[in-house]
Amino acid sequence: MSDAYRVPAIQVTGLSKSFGSTIALDALSLDIGRGELFGLIGPDGAGKTTLIRILVTLLRPDAGQAIVLGRDVVSRFRELRNLVGYMPGRFSLYPDLSVAENLRFFASVFGTSVEAEMANIAAIYRQIEPFATRRARDLSGGMKQKLALCCALVHRPEILFLDEPTTGVDAVSRREFWDLLGELRQGGLTVFVSTPYMDEATRCDRVALIHGGRLLAVDAPAAIIATFDRPLIGVRAAARYRLLQTLRTFPTHRTVQPFGETLHYTDRRDDVDSARLQQELAGFLHQHQFDDVWVGPVTPTVEDVFMERMGKAQGATP
Amino acid sequence: MSAAAIAVRDLTRTFGTFTAVNHVSFEVHPGEVFGFLGANGAGKTTAIRMLTGLLAPTSGSAVVAGYDVARDTDALKQVIGYMSQRFSLYEDLTPRENVRLYGGIYGLSLGEIRTRSDQMMERLGLQAVAKRRVSELPFGWRQKLAFSIALLHEPRVVFLDEPTSGVDPVTRRQFWELIYEAASRGITVLVTTHYMDEAEYCDRLSIMVDGRIGAIGTTQSLKREFDVATIDDLFVKLVRPGASVPSAGAPA
Repeated sequence: MSDAYRVPAIQVTGLSKSFGSTIALDALSLDIGRGELFGLIGPDGAGKTTLIRILVTLLRPDAGQAIVLGRDVVSRFRELRNLVGYMPGRFSLYPDLSVAENLRFFASVFGTSVEAEMANIAAIYRQIEPFATRRARDLSGGMKQKLALCCALVHRPEILFLDEPTTGVDAVSRREFWDLLGELRQGGLTVFVSTPYMDEATRCDRVALIHGGRLLAVDAPAAIIATFDRPLIGVRAAARYRLLQTLRTFPTHRTVQPFGETLHYTDRRDDVDSARLQQELAGFLHQHQFDDVWVGPVTPTVEDVFMERMGKAQGATP
Repeated sequence: MSAAAIAVRDLTRTFGTFTAVNHVSFEVHPGEVFGFLGANGAGKTTAIRMLTGLLAPTSGSAVVAGYDVARDTDALKQVIGYMSQRFSLYEDLTPRENVRLYGGIYGLSLGEIRTRSDQMMERLGLQAVAKRRVSELPFGWRQKLAFSIALLHEPRVVFLDEPTSGVDPVTRRQFWELIYEAASRGITVLVTTHYMDEAEYCDRLSIMVDGRIGAIGTTQSLKREFDVATIDDLFVKLVRPGASVPSAGAPA
């Protein structure tokens, strides 16, 4: 962990949780520092919500320990509830209350008032203020999300947990929401956010990649990408499905995966360099009547690393 | 009968004073994978509900697989398939029971259902879990099963509403290969997604903005026409005109 985050905000050690025969978290350990914008990235069913619910004291772990802001989430849950802000994945405000009423309610639950806390939430609240008298259920998706964020911040928490705030949200609103999270981090808040969208990793200081209740990697996005240790070749042609099928017949192919309009190719041989590989692939594809083909080196993404590690994790499981 | 798999002309739907879909026209070719994108609230869902015969247009017309969506709704439903992220399978039933239920709804014989069910379990590698409840299956498997069931009655056009939302990156790509495979058999696919890389898997795509089609074309032609590096940037440019388009993946 870098020096900037030396004061711990979250310390998780050997945390496990099962539901019946389903293992949601499998002896997971993780440290997060104060002031970090930290991303927990993984698909549905990876264990993201279970981890967040344990950290905000709503669920007890079966084994292991979680300490948030120096307090154990099981033994000191009452203290913690005043210190953490939580925006659940499912919209959880009162649909029959207006925007202003919801906010007033959540402030009063924490023994404060909207007026006293306005400075804290003004930047976000200003965007929903024109709808102050509208019932929460009649708000658009983006507005609901901003109201939920205000309600999660109204008691001035020291750490904010957001469970998939951008799922199902269009690409533009996602960018704007991440801009908001960036501003909160600039203000000194520790932000812990989960998402299934791998491309959002680059918005975080550090990320954990989670799959099957285990962490595949924890580091700054650039450092995670740097662990991708074999040549990655991009291939493009108009006939994409045929290109995919053809590349999978190349004798030493290892993985061939679509990324947008480019296919990402890795080879089984460990000793072949990128330039030679590109030559071989271009030649092979010309033989197979691809005359518009582009072959070149590409920079791996967090998603490439996720898939690589996912494969290894699955290979290692009996 | 039109040669297009989907032919939409001046399609309009209003709710009170609000125009959700505003004189939309486009065509989708047989066997094409067509991306149907747009911001939340831009009118995608309303348009899809009209194209699947669930909502009557206020004006304009749409012909899907040769059937007028306003007049031939019963015949239309026999030749289209539909799958969404949220609702597609009965989670308390097993994969085989789901196949039998949907097969029955579409009027397949028990013999046909058994044959297709066997083929499907084998193709998706579900034999081992064919007798477990769908709720116990990994999420990505459920989505692949839901897609196969949407194709059970061999529709000519299939509508997929955010089929891969929350699916892991490997399974998401396997899902797209199922889409490509269906398209290569001549099935027309209209798909919505919030993953902008998936938008680039489509043969052509459209982006809806405030009830209208803001852009339509191939990935390449759209990038040229709007002078952007990615479909993500194009999306921002159309939905927030005047906003500066940041470089893809700019850090916070």
